[in-house]
Amino acid sequence: MKQKLYATLDQAVADIPDGAQIMFGGFGGAGFPNNLIQALARKGTRNITAISNNCGTREGELGLMFKNNQIKHVIASFPGPHANYFQERFAAKEVTLELVPQGILCERMRAAGAGLQGFYTTVGVGTEVAEGKEERFLEGQRCILEMPIHADYALIKAHKADELGNLTYRLAARNFNPIMAMAAKTTIAEVEEIVPVGTINPEHVMTPAIFVHRLVQAKGLRYAG
Amino acid sequence: MPDDGIQERVTPAKPRLTREQIAQRTARELPNGGFVNLGWGIPNLIADYLPKEITVYFHSENGILGMGRRAKPGEEDFDQVDAMKIPVTLIPGASFFHQADAHLMSRGGHLDVAVLGGFQVSEKGDLSNWKIPGTKGSGGIGGAMDIAAGAQTLIVCMEHTTKDGVPKIVKQCTYPLTALACVDTIVTDLAVIDVKPEGLVLREVASGWTAEEVQELTGAPLIARQRIPEMSFA
Repeated sequence: MKQKLYATLDQAVADIPDGAQIMFGGFGGAGFPNNLIQALARKGTRNITAISNNCGTREGELGLMFKNNQIKHVIASFPGPHANYFQERFAAKEVTLELVPQGILCERMRAAGAGLQGFYTTVGVGTEVAEGKEERFLEGQRCILEMPIHADYALIKAHKADELGNLTYRLAARNFNPIMAMAAKTTIAEVEEIVPVGTINPEHVMTPAIFVHRLVQAKGLRYAG
Repeated sequence: MPDDGIQERVTPAKPRLTREQIAQRTARELPNGGFVNLGWGIPNLIADYLPKEITVYFHSENGILGMGRRAKPGEEDFDQVDAMKIPVTLIPGASFFHQADAHLMSRGGHLDVAVLGGFQVSEKGDLSNWKIPGTKGSGGIGGAMDIAAGAQTLIVCMEHTTKDGVPKIVKQCTYPLTALACVDTIVTDLAVIDVKPEGLVLREVASGWTAEEVQELTGAPLIARQRIPEMSFA
């Protein structure tokens, strides 16, 4: 069995280099790998390309990375009403943004995980999202070509893991985490609880261990508002 | 008085529906047993006005089908939130899934009805609802483009005009687009309008308003086939 357990959050992110392309799970305050984000802030990795649904809640979630100016480019769907550190950097042209429809963000990551070289969709046709993209007529409809989004790392949050890396999530904290786990070369999961192999019912596994490379136990952090 | 004989358009100072009344009227469009997504703004008020005899499975883009009412103080679980980050309850038959499946439900035609807010709707049913030109900041798309592209029936709830009286139903959208030819029905504080191949068909008008007065405040021609009934809430 590959050793996936890391003793500390800092060790789990210690090798993430400047310029890395990193996915960050979470939505609506739930399922954010906030402990790993803080470890990455302590490490000080810079020039990050971040892939995330939103861009932080004040200093919480990705807000800390924007406050520290660690992110140079972000691929996101909905930066969010409380992403003030991102908006300041964006207005100052210190960070660039690619806005992506939320479901297409999921599917572009899933394409990366699934070994697919892009797909056609009607979503975004005739909008700003379609600019510069190949357009085709398929099944009677105008479609645009969307390409996969890959990542060097995914930082995700799960509820429970076994030592092999099988994961379960709580309620709606699942959100983007299973998709990002499949799409990145190295997936690092912070989990509330790590249990021995064989104690999670195989029927209940939501992310199979094959997608998870590092595990670190940490009590979940949540940012209000 | 200008001597060219053209009178200024004056918005009649008659009462219009409240946001809550728009939501209440729209609730009557939802099918019993249907899978329904409610967007930000007025649509988010609709669940409170669902007729008692009807069960609707509300869909949330973060991975919930079967959302119930909002959680009361003390029963919140912040891992169980809606798309606006607000803790919610579940109804019997609810399920959780990841975000790709949530949007697959929108895009793949599995939702019976989606209700979105709108900044502009064109006579062809084009929708603009994510960015107003000239506003500060990055804007954000969220799930609206996936929903607009795929819902079986798309209803837009909005005020009929801007605060300055400028029509929001137009011949051609001038704000950034969400999706082309996606809107089926528009419910406003003045009317219910269906988007049909032949154009915008006026179905109902708010109490005290005539079809002609609604037309005055609409930026595209309305088709009024017969005497137009009043919007009803029962």
